[in-house]
Amino acid sequence: MTDLGPTAAPTAPRSGTMPADAPATAPPEPDEAALIRAARTRTRRRGLLLRAIQCLLVLAVLGGWQFGAAHGWLDPFTYGSPSGVADQLRSWFTEGTALGSIWHNIGVTMEETVLGFLIGTASGVVLGIALGRLPALADVMAPFIKAANSIPRIVLGSMFIIWFGLGSTGKVALAVVLVFFSVFFNAFQGTREVDRNLMANARILGASEWRVTQHVVLPSAMTWITASLHAAFGFALIGAIVGEMLGAQAGLGQLIAQSQGLFNADGVYSGTLIIAVLALVAEFVITRFEKRVLRWRPTQLSESASL
Amino acid sequence: MNETVSSAAPAIELRRATKRFRTPSGGIYTALRDLDMTVEPGEFCAVVGPTGCGKSTTLSLVSGLEPTTAGRTLIHGRPVSGIDRRVGFMFQTDAVFPWKSVLDNVAAGPQFRGTPKKEAVDKARDWLRRVGLSGFEDRLPHQLSGGMRKRVALAQTLINEPEILLMDEPFSALDVQTRQIVSDELLALWELTRPAVVFVTHDLEEAIALADKVVVLTVGPGTVKDTFPIDLPRPRTVQEIRFHPRFIELYERIWSSLRDEVQAAYDRTAGQSPQPAGAA
Repeated sequence: MTDLGPTAAPTAPRSGTMPADAPATAPPEPDEAALIRAARTRTRRRGLLLRAIQCLLVLAVLGGWQFGAAHGWLDPFTYGSPSGVADQLRSWFTEGTALGSIWHNIGVTMEETVLGFLIGTASGVVLGIALGRLPALADVMAPFIKAANSIPRIVLGSMFIIWFGLGSTGKVALAVVLVFFSVFFNAFQGTREVDRNLMANARILGASEWRVTQHVVLPSAMTWITASLHAAFGFALIGAIVGEMLGAQAGLGQLIAQSQGLFNADGVYSGTLIIAVLALVAEFVITRFEKRVLRWRPTQLSESASL
Repeated sequence: MNETVSSAAPAIELRRATKRFRTPSGGIYTALRDLDMTVEPGEFCAVVGPTGCGKSTTLSLVSGLEPTTAGRTLIHGRPVSGIDRRVGFMFQTDAVFPWKSVLDNVAAGPQFRGTPKKEAVDKARDWLRRVGLSGFEDRLPHQLSGGMRKRVALAQTLINEPEILLMDEPFSALDVQTRQIVSDELLALWELTRPAVVFVTHDLEEAIALADKVVVLTVGPGTVKDTFPIDLPRPRTVQEIRFHPRFIELYERIWSSLRDEVQAAYDRTAGQSPQPAGAA
């Protein structure tokens, strides 16, 4: 779903290894090898072309922005400028920020995000599967979950500051709440959609209900759960950052909020840029995890089509 | 666990078994009505009948997946209450676990039943050899052909050494040639452990080629119309037994019994006779 440009290029060469999982056949004939090589070259060329166009696009936007700022068409005080952002980033990374070292701030935000993501995901998966497996429990809980889900989660941020103060606990709590619902609904739906035949087969083979959950429900629901993880990490980041903006001693959200208070547009962009990089790294890690967990699924058509 | 009772009683006994379901619209649907059927230990029984006559429902009653609404379902003389360890079930659709390797799929049964992993895996290798899938241990199900997946399912079911083997149109998704080959393999494996088999199919040729006894069910609500013993010699080859003169004779007799039910079922779905055709 979120596989846009950047990840499309690295996956393309992998499709060249496709014939490996065809059942044991005669060794490929030489002209077949040549065909495969030609197809690979074509794929690589296309990837390079894509990269070049993407770089040009970035250069055009940044160059236009810098040009506009230099010639007074875009007021650098209000809109900032690429060179201003670069200066801001350099000073943050070399001299530190008003809230201490930039690495410390990144560390605080990431710790809150990752903790919130892990706790929210774990509780979402456990409760989603439990309610999916126990329809009676689901019937009891349904109105409460619907009510809780209808609360705009951001207001909870204020509540958590009152409860937990300005430390990182409240940020983690906000991230957990945001992550929980996105994962929970997918885990629940995934559990409900498990193939009845597979469950009956496991039972007849001798599996206890716990084993059915372990060996059939969880792996099967994993397609739904991993799909929610991409959005969930984004939610965890939102929870941490919004929590920090509402009040904190450190963190990227607080850094952005302070820049905003000083009308430092370059500071706001710089903070945003760092967050975007963190989100992309996380997205990469989650995609790797997803591929690993869902290895058992047949190769997707779109992937083999690029051969 | 009372061996004297077990050995004397038939492997499977359905006595006036009736199964009703609640329909989503709130009505009641009767799938089986007063069905009487007996399968002896080691007997291969095929059940044929028109679409929607409750063939599969019979299997879910015997397996314990569904409770009997009225009447009795007995295994070795004891009423079925839940899933019985002595029962194996092969489903119509692919029911091998797509996320497990071929070896893990076959080892799943013993592992679910508490056999240590290593022992289960050794046993699974042995069964994979028997179904001719040595060398494919590490493959995932989607990397296999339909016929190979069926053999994995067969090994997965037989590794538990069931005394009762239930099969719900297990080969209907295969092409005709593959189906005959896998059927021959089934017969060879069946000879090894000799479980009592209930083999549900809509294909009369398949039923006669495989079974010791063919039971014809009426159009739904299903009940037994006729039972035909199949006195063809064993061991049989599915591809060749059909040319046996006795095969053709049996086919004609059973078909004349089945034909009316098939026609009635067709008329019903085609909307020509909305009233149940007085199947009792």
